[in-house]
Amino acid sequence: MTQYLLRRLLIASPSLLGISVILFTVLALAPGDPFEELATNPAIPPEVRMALRASLGIDDPVHIRYFRWLTAMFQGNWGFSFVSRVDVDQLILQRLPVTLVIIGASQLLALAIALPVGIMSATRPYSIFDQVANTLAFVGFSLPTFFTGLLLILFFSIHLDWLPFVYRAQIDATGWQWWWTHIKQSIMPITVLGLFQGAAWTRFVRSAVLDVVRLDHVTTARAKGIPERSVINRHVVRNALIPVVTLVALQMPAVFGGAIVTEQIFRVPGIGSLLISAVLANDTPVIMAVTFVFACLVIFFNLLADVIYGWLDPRISYS
Amino acid sequence: MAGSTPASATASAVAGAARRPPVTPTAEAWRRFRKHRLAVVSGVLLAIMILGVLLGPWLWRVPIDEIDFTARLQGPSWAHPFGTDDLGQDLLARVLYGGRISLAVGFAAMGVAVTLGVLVGATAGMSRGPVDAALMWLTDLFLSLPQLPLLLLIIYLFRDGLAKVVGQELGVFLMIVVVIGLFNWMQVARLVRAQFFSLREKEFVEAARALGASRPRIVIQHILPNALGPVIVAASIDVAAAILAESTLSFLGLGFPPDTPTWGRLLFDAKDNLDFAPHWAIFPGLAIFLTVLTINFVGDGLRDALDPRRVQ
Repeated sequence: MTQYLLRRLLIASPSLLGISVILFTVLALAPGDPFEELATNPAIPPEVRMALRASLGIDDPVHIRYFRWLTAMFQGNWGFSFVSRVDVDQLILQRLPVTLVIIGASQLLALAIALPVGIMSATRPYSIFDQVANTLAFVGFSLPTFFTGLLLILFFSIHLDWLPFVYRAQIDATGWQWWWTHIKQSIMPITVLGLFQGAAWTRFVRSAVLDVVRLDHVTTARAKGIPERSVINRHVVRNALIPVVTLVALQMPAVFGGAIVTEQIFRVPGIGSLLISAVLANDTPVIMAVTFVFACLVIFFNLLADVIYGWLDPRISYS
Repeated sequence: MAGSTPASATASAVAGAARRPPVTPTAEAWRRFRKHRLAVVSGVLLAIMILGVLLGPWLWRVPIDEIDFTARLQGPSWAHPFGTDDLGQDLLARVLYGGRISLAVGFAAMGVAVTLGVLVGATAGMSRGPVDAALMWLTDLFLSLPQLPLLLLIIYLFRDGLAKVVGQELGVFLMIVVVIGLFNWMQVARLVRAQFFSLREKEFVEAARALGASRPRIVIQHILPNALGPVIVAASIDVAAAILAESTLSFLGLGFPPDTPTWGRLLFDAKDNLDFAPHWAIFPGLAIFLTVLTINFVGDGLRDALDPRRVQ
């Protein structure tokens, strides 16, 4: 198992390097000078600026700059936020948990919708239920997250006044009250993300189950007299989930995109809203670091998908 | 999403194909497309919306930037069917104008994505060994890039530089189209490569090769036309994805300049006035939703009509 993981990590590391090359290329090709801020600042004389440039090696050749940047990234030396005057890694560590909780919960919600609905649709293909579910799935993934978010705010916060639409990190209450406030303010962001993903996954699950249900081993299982319920649960779904896991892993970049938008709408203090505010404030180190963290998260979830894949399909051996 | 579903729930199976007289592939595809009722309805709706966006500004002659402080934040009325915003600007005119940009971005970015995807996929599909492996590694790498953060990063870094060269609006348009296209070609490349792998071993390709056809001729005349079905389906999905991406950027306040009313930008401006001017958000939001929904349904109908897996 450990060996398998290590091997997958080895396969994943070229992608991580590739992403770092792309990130660095984008940064290196960009017009403008990262020291423009200092150049316009009258308090800093030009000599100091030139000395700073030399000490940071900005005028070195590209490949040397790349390797220096890369080693700094791996050493956790991610720079210093221009705006909030804090180390970038601290800023990100502070905000990462919220993002992970929101994304994790919404993925669970998406699974809780997609699995039963997709399986029900596929076991009764072309029925009324299937057609309604299919149409709703189309509506679900055609509704952009920012519009669903605004609609939910309009209905639940403004019209009904049930849920708060601004996420607060600091809550004075303790115990149950603290949990309740947190749950209440997380409901809408999680729902927005979860419904969008759930709609897309429902279609994946349906088509995967449809493919498996026709196979011979399912007929054999039925012929043996196994109740339909356990045929579906044990012989169909497990096999059908294999392609679904792959598709879900492919969707991860879209999930993070949705998370950024959702965090921005509900003002969730996660790394997505950090990214947006950094872009608006021209805070380059933070933008680079958050983008890199998102890239690492995507790679991590692909790795996780590989592990789940091996668990679902015993033919893929860990050794 | 594209290419993952064999058939939709809202179309019935094709039966009795053997007894009919021979028909052209186009007629056959059209016949199958028509069976998908939602796709046909969506096609009509989409055509109406495209026409409305193209011709609308000639019929509805209210300027998009006429400021009228006596008519601020009004709900829908005969004078302003979609209401007005906080400067009293007519929202119908702004939604129509924004639609032109959104649709133009969608189709142009799809063009970029499909061109890139066909180029990469065809090159990978015709060459074996290291070239194919390298191109597929690149495709997988792009599939695992965090797209929205990178989009934001690129636009943040290049916006001002490009605006100086070709002007603010055109610069942003070109950049958004190219960058969105750059992040959407991977599905097409995979599909084209898979098609090429199976088609290049077929007898008719061998026959063409035996007759002395050059490699470019084989690719362009013989393989590519047969590989186009899934590409068209993926292209329709790409239009929807590009429209969503552009709206997302504008919604985050990082797309077109503030005075250009794209649908996403209208939502961005509206979101702080939700409690007293909900119409401001609802009409542009509905426009994005309906466009994306109808394009997705048309894509689903096209899949039923063109997917070679359904041709027995």
